[in-house]
Amino acid sequence: MTIDLKTVKHISKLSRISIDDQKAKKLEKDLTAIFKWIEKLNQLNTDNVKPLTSIAETTLRFRKDQIISKNIREDVLKNSPKDNKDYFVVPKVVE
Amino acid sequence: MTDLIDLTLTQLVKKIKSKDISSKDITSIYIERSKSSKKLNTYVEETFDEALENSKRFDASPDFQKKLPGIPLAVKDLFCTKNVKTTASSKILENFVPTYESTVTQNLWNSGAILLGKLNCDEFAMGSSNETSHFGNVISPIDDNLVPGGSSGGSASALAAKLTPATIGTDTGGSIRQPASFTGTVGLKPTYGSCSRYGIVAFASSLDQAGPMTRDVEDCALLLEVISSFDPKDSTSIDFKRPHYYSELNKNIKGKKIGIPKEYRVEDMPDEIEKLWEKGKEYLKDCGAEIIDISLPHTNYALPAYYIVAPAEASSNLARYDGVKYGFRVEGENLIDMYEKTRSQGFGDEVKRRIMIGTYVLSSGYYDAYYLKAQKVRKLIKNDFDDAFNKVDAILTPSTPSSAFKVGEKTDDPVSMYLNDIFTVPVNLAGLPGISIPAGLDKNNYPLGLQLIGKPFDEQGILDIAYSMEEKINFKFKTNDWWIK
Repeated sequence: MTIDLKTVKHISKLSRISIDDQKAKKLEKDLTAIFKWIEKLNQLNTDNVKPLTSIAETTLRFRKDQIISKNIREDVLKNSPKDNKDYFVVPKVVE
Repeated sequence: MTDLIDLTLTQLVKKIKSKDISSKDITSIYIERSKSSKKLNTYVEETFDEALENSKRFDASPDFQKKLPGIPLAVKDLFCTKNVKTTASSKILENFVPTYESTVTQNLWNSGAILLGKLNCDEFAMGSSNETSHFGNVISPIDDNLVPGGSSGGSASALAAKLTPATIGTDTGGSIRQPASFTGTVGLKPTYGSCSRYGIVAFASSLDQAGPMTRDVEDCALLLEVISSFDPKDSTSIDFKRPHYYSELNKNIKGKKIGIPKEYRVEDMPDEIEKLWEKGKEYLKDCGAEIIDISLPHTNYALPAYYIVAPAEASSNLARYDGVKYGFRVEGENLIDMYEKTRSQGFGDEVKRRIMIGTYVLSSGYYDAYYLKAQKVRKLIKNDFDDAFNKVDAILTPSTPSSAFKVGEKTDDPVSMYLNDIFTVPVNLAGLPGISIPAGLDKNNYPLGLQLIGKPFDEQGILDIAYSMEEKINFKFKTNDWWIK
């Protein structure tokens, strides 16, 4: 499996990470090498194997629907790069 | 008389309890030594002034019932610490100051410990050499220009250089055990669900575990006892009766059955590691344990499966870094442009690479071929261990396929870097406890480690075996403090 330049650019779009052409070329090489190596898994027949989705193999416990953290607006906004004391501020989304 | 800096954690606790030394004295000693060890680049955030104040406060009204009375500790910068900068060694979090405390570090402070500072690591714990940190690579005290391993490289280096009496790291695919092995120290990854993940910067949520990194097995048991707890704030935390790992530590391992998996004898493994493994078996026999050959047939597939599962989870976890809620932001022409620029400039190359692998294997049309396949292989690997543990109590393997390597040696070849974790990754995939203990030196006098893998929740079992082996191995390694100016 080769990850070509077009695929690299597509993944970069999906990942919301912009990359320049030089980086894309490097990633093309690295990702191709990594996926060639990963393809070793196809040697294994796993048709009748159930996927492991949780290591603990227990059902998640229920908890009471209670508010634990109250009045923490300041805390929530404390690390935001831009806010107006009530909300996070982002570039205009709706025209 | 032993130098105070040479005391192990448990010895130090005794000295403080017997009032031979004060918290302030020992805290000052560690601060001074840390200040003169900048060359190793272990600290990314120092809280020395606060530590000194806290030590004075402890001495003014000491509580000697606590398990870590007035003990100064530096921790990996992946644990959120309230009002103390927490960066995960990433540019994207370079100014992040948590408003809450991780459960594991809270357990340390509740037991009387004092924060010395935050330790360097690979960016978002993604790396095996501590070379992916935004704050520069960490140097091992073992030798100039040698990597300490990773991702808990700052922790391992600070521990081995005696800049902290003990420390904690996190382990997603070997990030505690591999650097412990590289630096001649002890590192334990607990069973998944043993230590709370609350407040730990997330990498791969089904694999991440916090664990102790210490100078010897006794220290390891004590620190595990402090940090392991059931935590309702972590939905995967498991409520089981945790033993008193330290007081129940026991050298009698007569009749224990130890498995030797033939698949861990990998191609190109240096002779000295093979010999070390043989020696390990002899030590165990001397202790009265029985050695049994076992097979873990899917071992070879663990690493490729890991490099699907871990990046997939990472790409989801790291989607939160968007320049909106916290962290670094680069303004853009519109919202999407802002996301793309922020993430492009905020993440380092290895993190971007893994996000992209993860995004790809989860993307439409590829999910079944990669992600589902990897989860099935993960099941086979877990089944291998389940079968093995029907026959044996624990498994002995080398910790790493080689000793520590030079800075820059593997940075251009991601696959060769990933192969470093070949013996540690299966343990995370199966959620098992594993411990690395120093077991010998290679031809360059670099430390080598052996790993013990236990049944789920049997940390006590592998600690006991490690404890009895430690006595036989009698590992002695003293650095000459070459990095101190």
